[in-house]
Amino acid sequence: MLPSQMEITVDELRNLVTGRAIEGETMLLNMGPQHPSTHGVLRLLLELDGEKVVNCIPDIGFLHTGIEKNMEAKPYLQSLVMTDRMDYLNTVGNNLLYSLAIEKLVELDVPPRAQAIRVILVELQRIASHLVWLGTHALDLAAMSVFLYCLRERELILDILEMCSGQRMMTSYIRPGGLWRDVPQGFEEAVQQFVRMLPGRIAQYESMLTKNPLFLDRTRKIGVISAEQAVRWGLTGPPLRATGIPLDLRKAQPYSGYGQYEFDVPIAYNGDVYDRYIVRMEEMRQSLRIVRQAVERLPAGPVRSNNRKFVPPPRSELGHSMEAVIHHFKLWTEGFSVPKGAVYVAVESPRGQLGCYLEGDGGPKPYRVHFRAPSFVHLQALPLLSRGHLVADLVGIVGSIDIVLGDCDR
Amino acid sequence: MTPIEKAVRVLKERLPDGVQAVESFRDETTVVLSREVIAAACRILHDDASLGFELLAALTAVDYHPKEPRFAVVYLLYSIAQNVFLGLRVYLPGRSPEVATIESVYPNANWHEREVFDMFGINFLGHSDLRRILMPHDWVGHPLRKDYPLAYEEVQYTFNFDEIDKRKPYAKE
Repeated sequence: MLPSQMEITVDELRNLVTGRAIEGETMLLNMGPQHPSTHGVLRLLLELDGEKVVNCIPDIGFLHTGIEKNMEAKPYLQSLVMTDRMDYLNTVGNNLLYSLAIEKLVELDVPPRAQAIRVILVELQRIASHLVWLGTHALDLAAMSVFLYCLRERELILDILEMCSGQRMMTSYIRPGGLWRDVPQGFEEAVQQFVRMLPGRIAQYESMLTKNPLFLDRTRKIGVISAEQAVRWGLTGPPLRATGIPLDLRKAQPYSGYGQYEFDVPIAYNGDVYDRYIVRMEEMRQSLRIVRQAVERLPAGPVRSNNRKFVPPPRSELGHSMEAVIHHFKLWTEGFSVPKGAVYVAVESPRGQLGCYLEGDGGPKPYRVHFRAPSFVHLQALPLLSRGHLVADLVGIVGSIDIVLGDCDR
Repeated sequence: MTPIEKAVRVLKERLPDGVQAVESFRDETTVVLSREVIAAACRILHDDASLGFELLAALTAVDYHPKEPRFAVVYLLYSIAQNVFLGLRVYLPGRSPEVATIESVYPNANWHEREVFDMFGINFLGHSDLRRILMPHDWVGHPLRKDYPLAYEEVQYTFNFDEIDKRKPYAKE
C-alpha cells in the first residue's frame, strides 16, 4: 500500500471518528486538498451520514513553509519580506504587524505622516481582502457574477499599492520606523477617487446578495455559533463580532493612530454565515470612512524615523556624510540589533486578531518569531460549526470563516 | 489597582508556591509559573469573573538550547472585559519537556499545543489528540528546535544514492 493511502486508514484517526464509521455505517470522504471551495490546500476528512456531516476533521499543513524557522536565520529587515508571504491577502497588514513588534521592542517612534499612510494602506488592504472573500464566498454559493465584480474593484486597490511600492501584492512597503519611501504624486487623488467610487459598488454587490432568496436559504441559520462558544474557541474578528461581541483591537487597543479616526465596529447577533456576511459588508464601509478621514487630514512631514541606528539614512546624505555611510553600511550588512526581551503585539487583520510574538536576544536576528494566525484558530472551530449540516452548506461555512491557508500554515 | 496587578495578586494568593517570578518588559507583564500549576493558574484566570481572561490569544514555545531549562512555553491570555493581555511562562527542562494541557480550560489550546508538539517536541500531558499538525505525519525531528538544521540534505552520489534515498521521508513505491 502506498504511504499516501496508509495515511487515510481509519486506524490513525480511530479516536476522532465515531464507532459507526468503523462499522461502515457512515462514510468517510476526503474533501480536498485540491478542491476549489477549500480556498487553498485544505483537506477535510468528512464523516458523512448520507448528505449530513457527522464529523469534520481538518487536516492542515499543506502550505507549511517554515517561515518562523526561516526568519530566525535572517536579519530583521530581511525577515520582514517573509511576512508578506504568510497571509497573501493581507500583505500590508502583516508588514505593519511585524514593524510594530520591532518598533515596540526597540522603542522606535513613527512620524505621524507614516502612521496615516499606514492606516490608509492597511484599510485599503482590508477592503481588498474582503472583496476577495466576498467574491469567492459568493462563487462557492453559485453566484458567479459577484466574483467578477469584486476582483475588478480589488485590482484598483492593487494598482494603488503598486503605485506606492512597485509591487501589487508583496509590497514590503511598511518598514520598521516608518515606510520605505514617501507616496508618489497622485496617490491622494487615486485613493480619493477609489473612496468615492466604492460605496456605489458595495451597494451593487448587496443588491445581488443581501435580499436574494437563494443566498438567504444558503446562509441563514447555517454554521451557527454562540457568543460564549466563540470566545471559548478563541474566535476573533468578524466571526466573533457576528455573535454580538464588539471586540475590535483598532478600538480596544488603538495602534498606528487609529484612535483619532471616527468609525464604528459593526456587529450582528445570530452568529451564522449570513451575519458574518453582514458584518464584513459593513466593515468595508467603515474602512472607507477611515480612509476618507486619513486622506483628508494627511499630515506633511517625514515618513521615516530619524533614528539612524534602525532606519537607513536618505541617499542624498551618502555623498557628503561619513556617518551616514557608516550607518548605511551597518544596516545593510549586519542589520540592527534589538535588546533582549520578548513582546507580543496584536493587530486587527481582515480575518481577526493577528498577533506576533517576537523575542530578541540582543543580536541582529530574531531569536524567535511566532505569528498568531487567525485562520489557524478559526479553522479549529470548523468541526463545531459544520456538524449536522449538509456537505453543500459546509462549503458556505468554510467560506464564511474566511481562511487563508498561507496564514494558517505559515 | 490595574487589572494586571490584580491578576498577579490573585495568582500569588491562590498559588503561593507556583508563582516563580513576575517580569515586566515594555508594558507587558509575564508571570513565570512552575510547570505543575499551569492548568490551575489558567483555570483561576479564566473562571474568576472579575479577571475574565476568557480568550487564549496565543500559545507558543521558545527553545533556549543549549541553556537549561531549555524550553519555555508561552501563554498569552486576553481579557475582553478588562482589555488587557497577560503573559504566562513555564520553563521546561530539555530532557523531559512535559507540561499539562490547558485544553479543558481553553478548548482552542488543542491545535496550539499540537503545533508546539510538532515544532518543539514538547509533550502535553492529558492532551486529547496529540498528533503532528503542520509537518507530515511521518516526519522525523522537530523543526523549530535550535539544534535542527535550517536546511540540509545529504549529497547523493551514484554509490550511495539508494541508501540515502531509503531514508528520505517522501512517498515511495
